[in-house]
Amino acid sequence: MVRAMAKTLAEKVWDQHVVRRGDGAEPDLLYIDLHLIHEVTSPQAFDGLRLAGRPVRRPDLTIATEDHNVPTTGIDLPIADPVSRKQVETLRRNCAEFGVRLHPMGDVEQGIVHVVGPQLGLTQPGMTVVCGDSHTSTHGAFGALAFGIGTSEVEHVLATQTLSLRPFKTMAITVNGELRHGVTAKDVILAVIARIGTGGGQGYVLEYRGSAIEALSMEARMTVCNMSIEAGARAGMIAPDDTTFEYLKGRPHAPDGADWDAAVAAWRELRTDDDAVFDEEVVIDADSLVPFVTWGTNPGQGLPLTASVPDPADIADENERIAAEKALTYMGLAPGTPLRDIHVDTVFLGSCTNGRIEDLRAAAAVIRGHHVADNVRMLVVPGSMRVRAQAESEGLDKVFLAAGAEWRQAGCSMCLGMNPDQLAPGERSASTSNRNFEGRQGKGGRTHLVSPLVAAATAVRGTLSTPDDLN
Amino acid sequence: MEPFTTHTGVGVPLRRSNVDTDQIIPAVYLKRVTRTGFEDGLFAAWRGDEQFILNQEPYRAGSVLVAGPDFGTGSSREHAVWALLNYGFRVVLSARFADIFRGNAGKQGLVAAQCEQSDIELLWKILEAEPGTEVTVDLIEKTVRAKDFTAPFFVDDYTRRRLLEGLDDIALTLRHEAAVTEFEQARPKWKPVTTPL
Repeated sequence: MVRAMAKTLAEKVWDQHVVRRGDGAEPDLLYIDLHLIHEVTSPQAFDGLRLAGRPVRRPDLTIATEDHNVPTTGIDLPIADPVSRKQVETLRRNCAEFGVRLHPMGDVEQGIVHVVGPQLGLTQPGMTVVCGDSHTSTHGAFGALAFGIGTSEVEHVLATQTLSLRPFKTMAITVNGELRHGVTAKDVILAVIARIGTGGGQGYVLEYRGSAIEALSMEARMTVCNMSIEAGARAGMIAPDDTTFEYLKGRPHAPDGADWDAAVAAWRELRTDDDAVFDEEVVIDADSLVPFVTWGTNPGQGLPLTASVPDPADIADENERIAAEKALTYMGLAPGTPLRDIHVDTVFLGSCTNGRIEDLRAAAAVIRGHHVADNVRMLVVPGSMRVRAQAESEGLDKVFLAAGAEWRQAGCSMCLGMNPDQLAPGERSASTSNRNFEGRQGKGGRTHLVSPLVAAATAVRGTLSTPDDLN
Repeated sequence: MEPFTTHTGVGVPLRRSNVDTDQIIPAVYLKRVTRTGFEDGLFAAWRGDEQFILNQEPYRAGSVLVAGPDFGTGSSREHAVWALLNYGFRVVLSARFADIFRGNAGKQGLVAAQCEQSDIELLWKILEAEPGTEVTVDLIEKTVRAKDFTAPFFVDDYTRRRLLEGLDDIALTLRHEAAVTEFEQARPKWKPVTTPL
């Protein structure tokens, strides 16, 4: 592919990392600046290295944390599930053998891999970041090209610090205007996914731009980029700006002194050129967005909270209609039911989508002075031990505990059914996580994806609600 | 990786779109540290239902899965590919694949063959009308055949060549190690390292 001189942000970052340009028949060989590791998708990769007698090429560009399997209570005890325990112990053994830095359960820097990288200042603009986890797209909030990979590719990066890839197509998602009161980054991305569909982003890097995106904090930007994969995209990116630089300055691994100035000068170049052409463009009016919630079993099946459960009979496309019918059967919902009338059993606040300090602050501000409804349990799970410590220094833990919520240790928790935090069959949740797939939060569990604000209000009322409903 | 040229086996019609990797293999099965033995987790939730296609003879012995669009969405877990392979599938046909799943499949020798949705629907009808019908997937010709039905499919040329020859990706890249070293020497010195401070 011959590229015009004008480039998009994604193309600039790509071009800066090409070790060897493919000759058409072969893909490009791309250098990887940061490789994040966790216990689930790495054991077979380390095994492959051992079998071939290969070392980790750059342990100093690799960092590991324990997140998917870890319990969020009793973390001073051994993990009760022997299979989970073995997987975590395998990570510890592999990291020790291959010289990879690891933050294990209980460590002050432990947490969800996508919360840990940014808070350490390891995720920086213009980098290539990969991890054996599809939510690696989170790091694109810094203007990094960040994407999830499979275990074979994890092994490839460990061995070579590169990946063979063909350039991604580019899509601009422009969100103009200003978000209304009570509308969050989560509502923006759920609306984007509902608009372009779960396959709409396949093969693309999404670049989020426009005044509503520029106005977002780094944490809100991470929420948006995090769910790019739910639109099928390889990655999501936002051009770095002063908000990005302010977030990074002073973080443990951020450059300092003259290096800081050199880095910022390079980072300021990381913007899509005015005359660059995207392969696809979508424009969304921020002022029209309202709190969003999913009703079905994929993240594209979402609607404004003011709407009702759709009637599959109204859906023209046969595949979509069958999918909607199956989803409603699984979710135990009748067409026409106002979404606001749906009762939940559990509220989960956490995950790499919404488990950062701002998310906890926003939810705490809603729930302060209220109490979680009878027959509802609310789990509050900080994304990292640092987030937990910060929240406690602000007294947020006391707000949640006073409201009757549970205050947990850091981890992926109820986002996926891999650790003790799970839904029971038939149990219904309002969840700030990223996937409402069948059984995602536990076999037979029913998930409604929501923002932290909606999660908190829903916990108080026991039905899907916005903070305004509490007045 | 075993080379793949052509495969003939029982076709399994899976009339579902958006088959995400949590359905292909739920998270609870991801705790193993091997690449084998994941067949028990394949479609685990659906296999609890007697009516599910893989619980019916002769589909049970299927090796060519014919699925709805957007197959393999969601989590990057390569375990989804291992589970399909461990069960005995060699090919998945779909009108659209999620990118990460498609990449994982190509690296493990599972052919993710992209077809027109209209051809998928015709295949579904053939496989449902006569359960046990064999489907032939020819990677050299890039065609799928069942009875007297033939349709083309798409696999990108690089993946196809690696599948045909059964090439090891890492060995291919290591031939360019000098270029990697050269690239590393030119990286800006302010780029971060993970070495503890």
